[in-house]
Amino acid sequence: MTDVLDETRPAGGLDPDAAATHGIPIAVLAEITHRCPLQCPYCSNPVEMDRANAELSTDEWKRVIGEMADLGVLQIHFSGGEPTARTDLVELVRHASEVGLYSNLITSAVMLTREKVAELADAGLSHVQISFQAKDPSLANRIGGHKRGHGKKLEAAAWVRQEGLPLTVNAVMHRQNLHELPQIIDMAVELDAHRLEVANVQYYGWALKNRAALMPTEAQIEECNRVVAEATERLHGILAIDYVVPDYYALRPKKCMGGWGRQFFNISPAGRVLPCHAAESITGLRFDSVRDHSLAWIWEHSDAFNLYRGTDWMPEPCRSCEFKEEDFGGCRCQAFALTGNAAATDPACALSPKHEEIFRLASEEATGGDTRFVYRNFAGGTLEPQG
Amino acid sequence: MTGRQRMFVGPESRPVLPRHARLRFDKARQMWLLLAPERVLTPDDIAVEVLHLCDGTRSVRDIAEELAQKYKAPTEQIVTDVESMLQDLADKGFLAEMQEQPK
Repeated sequence: MTDVLDETRPAGGLDPDAAATHGIPIAVLAEITHRCPLQCPYCSNPVEMDRANAELSTDEWKRVIGEMADLGVLQIHFSGGEPTARTDLVELVRHASEVGLYSNLITSAVMLTREKVAELADAGLSHVQISFQAKDPSLANRIGGHKRGHGKKLEAAAWVRQEGLPLTVNAVMHRQNLHELPQIIDMAVELDAHRLEVANVQYYGWALKNRAALMPTEAQIEECNRVVAEATERLHGILAIDYVVPDYYALRPKKCMGGWGRQFFNISPAGRVLPCHAAESITGLRFDSVRDHSLAWIWEHSDAFNLYRGTDWMPEPCRSCEFKEEDFGGCRCQAFALTGNAAATDPACALSPKHEEIFRLASEEATGGDTRFVYRNFAGGTLEPQG
Repeated sequence: MTGRQRMFVGPESRPVLPRHARLRFDKARQMWLLLAPERVLTPDDIAVEVLHLCDGTRSVRDIAEELAQKYKAPTEQIVTDVESMLQDLADKGFLAEMQEQPK
């Protein structure tokens, strides 16, 4: 049996022809709201967020979920913002079950109640992923910008397991919490999680604003690699660990989204269909909405999807690179953020002319001593008070 | 809480797919798929047959005996093959044993 999809370390798609620009989409990230009680400085939402009054209605989401199943989508990830901030979440999960989708809840868990967990399980939810900001409660609460967040997460994780739902602990790692990684791994085992994502911050959107406060040092990354390798072996068959390396320190770029518009898409709270959750950070791209078109039409015809599909759009050094169909030139959002050109080679790649400069910048920021966060909110961010 | 122990698959294990590992035939792609958290696995024909027999009542030996009869092959060889396939699945976290099911 071969594992053909792994979104955190993307492998090939189900499409048997690796050279095809796209096949049937496998998974959808449904960001049903941008509202969230947490203010994490590395939030993957865009800096310009959708307001509550712009969100798709319950009926619109149900229609779109039905269209996903018709299109051949297998998995839906209910995310946000905080998806439990929508009062119709249980109804949407139930609808996803009815049309045959495998549903995953990606949550901060601070708004969950025991009753809500039971209702979600009853509605057919397949899996729950809870984010943790750290192990130490005061550090975790400072990072998340929520006074009691960490304690609520621990409580909710226990309810999830008591309902018989499988649990993934998602730990977003950066300079200010990497020292706690061994304790975070222990915490995942204690919480009876099935899976742990050790996800180093990816720097777009809010995280890019906070890069100087978050960028790890090289020594931290070496230690992180060692800790993950040791735990993966020790916990074989007990806790599956998925590891996302920080790509500023990589030599080869990640195969972002498994290739642009190839097996995955994202729907924003207001219904815009995006090739990845950060795609709106690329200014100048126009995204189509489920309010104007069917998902099937958008998947085939939307300019934003077709622009960077396959390999024909690639400039050098990607165009003649032997790895071009392995990594598809890396991440378009990162290329845009760091070079101003979304079609450029991702500077995470050692073959990018910008690679050395980016690596130096990362090292300098990591040792620069700046620790204050800009918290994520609808006002464009708030700088953490001094001291 | 002490956390989970590694599941060891032996001839007497009675495996069952947990809630988060769902076997289904996908009409769009015309193939069997095993859906799991952030994963889609593509079991081959024999694996699909084995997974259908993982109902929590049959033991690994029962499953092997059924397949041995059907394919006129030695049971002991099939027990080994089925064990190894299911152990791999268990280590990925996509297999449970009946008595471990919380609900």
